[in-house]
Amino acid sequence: MAEPTRRDFLYIATGAAAVVGVGSVAWPLVSQMNPDASTLALASTEVDVSSIAEDSILTVKWRGKPVFVRHRTAKEIQEAQSVATASLIDPQSDQDRVKQSTLAGKARPEWLVVIGVCTHLGCVPLGHQGDYDGWFCPCHGSQYDPSGRVRRGPAPKNLEVPTYAFTADTKLTIG
Amino acid sequence: MSGPSTYVPKSALGRWFESRLPIGGLIHSSFVVYPTPKNLNYFWAFGGILSLMLVAQIITGVVLAMHYTPEATMAFSSVENIMRNVNYGWLLRYLHANGASMFFFAVYVHIFRGMFYGSYKAPREVLWILGVIIFLLMMATAFMGYVLPWGQMSFWGATVITNLFSALPGIGEPIVTWLWGGYSVDNPTLNRFFALHYLLPFMIVGVVILHVWALHVTGQNNPAGVEVKSVERDTVPFTPYATIKDAFAMVVFLILYSWFVFYVPNYLGDADNYIVANPLVTPAHIVPEWYFLPFYAILRSIPSKLGGVIAMFGSIAILAFLPWLDTSKIRSGRFRPLFQIFFFGFVIAAMGLGYLGSKPPEGAYVIAGRLLSVYYFAYFLVILPLLGLFETPRTLPATIADDVLAKGGSAILAGAAQAPSTKG
Ligand code: HEM
Ligand code: FES
Repeated sequence: MAEPTRRDFLYIATGAAAVVGVGSVAWPLVSQMNPDASTLALASTEVDVSSIAEDSILTVKWRGKPVFVRHRTAKEIQEAQSVATASLIDPQSDQDRVKQSTLAGKARPEWLVVIGVCTHLGCVPLGHQGDYDGWFCPCHGSQYDPSGRVRRGPAPKNLEVPTYAFTADTKLTIG
Repeated sequence: MSGPSTYVPKSALGRWFESRLPIGGLIHSSFVVYPTPKNLNYFWAFGGILSLMLVAQIITGVVLAMHYTPEATMAFSSVENIMRNVNYGWLLRYLHANGASMFFFAVYVHIFRGMFYGSYKAPREVLWILGVIIFLLMMATAFMGYVLPWGQMSFWGATVITNLFSALPGIGEPIVTWLWGGYSVDNPTLNRFFALHYLLPFMIVGVVILHVWALHVTGQNNPAGVEVKSVERDTVPFTPYATIKDAFAMVVFLILYSWFVFYVPNYLGDADNYIVANPLVTPAHIVPEWYFLPFYAILRSIPSKLGGVIAMFGSIAILAFLPWLDTSKIRSGRFRPLFQIFFFGFVIAAMGLGYLGSKPPEGAYVIAGRLLSVYYFAYFLVILPLLGLFETPRTLPATIADDVLAKGGSAILAGAAQAPSTKG
């Protein structure tokens, strides 16, 4: 092999500078599209649930999205718990979906908190509608049960459960 | 097809300029002496019409941008301000909104023209693919433009369409967040869509230049689908023949466009878009603009999220492969008796899908949507590949001139060629 020349050195050095240069400019160009610091500093939302009568749903806004707080009836809870989990599109037990609904160690399964965004393409489903009387999505006809679990497609997943906690009997903090 | 230009400017200043930048010769060889097949029909006028519409959209768009505010709390009212207070604002906005529809109407005629006369076949594959790229850019531009007035359909259309990407396994959710610049469609989304809506039309201009360049390398196809054999016998110069025919077609097209703008400016729009965007309430029926309906119907026909998204993008991408899927050596559908039947079946299927896309996704509509989607794909993947192997075509004319003469055009043709300035 011939001795490397000054020209070889310049060729490799220029190429390396070009690759590093392109990479270090490309990443900021891509990354600037992601949520900025003010969006990331997401506030949590406080909800007073005393106004939500049994069998009704309150919609609150959190991170720009609707969140449904549903005060379920005893019948709805009982039905939601007795569904054969394995037969569901996205298998999950009702207990699992309301496991954050506790106050001082006591379960409160009457409170269901879910993000009101259809897992198909993001529409807001309508409450107390559809064959399961849970939610019905007007966009492409997905149906959810009173546990927010998808029962009929095209939606592939259950309504998402956000992080939340009851800080007092009537006080719910989302986020 | 065009040889080196023999153009010599008449004035001394023109000659001085031409020897420094020969743009006059470029225009002269591309749009004056450029040979066009004698037998072109009015379907060939839509290329010119499309260029006109692109210019119209850019002019009305730039003017609208001088009054529009791309900010979530002000966008809707700035559009209302354009409608009520800006001088002729109502006209500019109606021209722009209906212009998008007319643009798509013209592009669909243009695409069906190409599909019937086999304009995608060798040697015009690159020309065809550039056209498919223009179509994709047009769809992206119109989609983002429709978000700008920030009405209910703007917001929910943007939500549904950007969420399509969430179907991709693993990377889907991060991509959607990246597109939105947040956790839902919001101000950052509107702002970037405005920037891109301004940019993309100029990228379309760039691809249109490549498209016309490729066209002028291979020459135009024509209704007989046989190549030009003799420039003298088979072609006429672009100017005055094609120029005047295109201009006449543009005027007729503008009459239709004006009818929409002045008599039914909101007919093609959706009343829900005059309600300001509300992230907490989805309208009862989300319907995209009419020009997206066939693809929307395909999306909804597949009962799986990822499958639906693949089918929808596939239905557009498949166009790019058309030159290799059609195995027939005959270009023009005029000489393919079986192809004609399947082609018109395809046109009806595409329009039927458009109708179904506007209906709620339930019952018989879903079943019909599935059947037509199957036909849509079968046309490309089964019918065209097989037809070329089994079909017996009719006899082709030997030349374009023979084709014209066979139609009894000899007298007119001879007269026109000899005395282009006399009426006849
Ligand atoms: C390929 C060409 C273009 C197409 C197909 C197109 C399409 C559209 C559509 C469908 C809308 C929504 C109209 C409505 O319902 O109100 C729109 C809005 C808008 N476009 Fe374009 N556009 C194009 C080029 C441009 C350009 C070059 C600009 C320059 C900045 C522009 C600026 C705007 C603005 C400011 C609006 C919001 C005002 C309004 O809603 O009328 N457009 N565009
Ligand atoms: S967005 Fe809910 S079914 Fe499609």
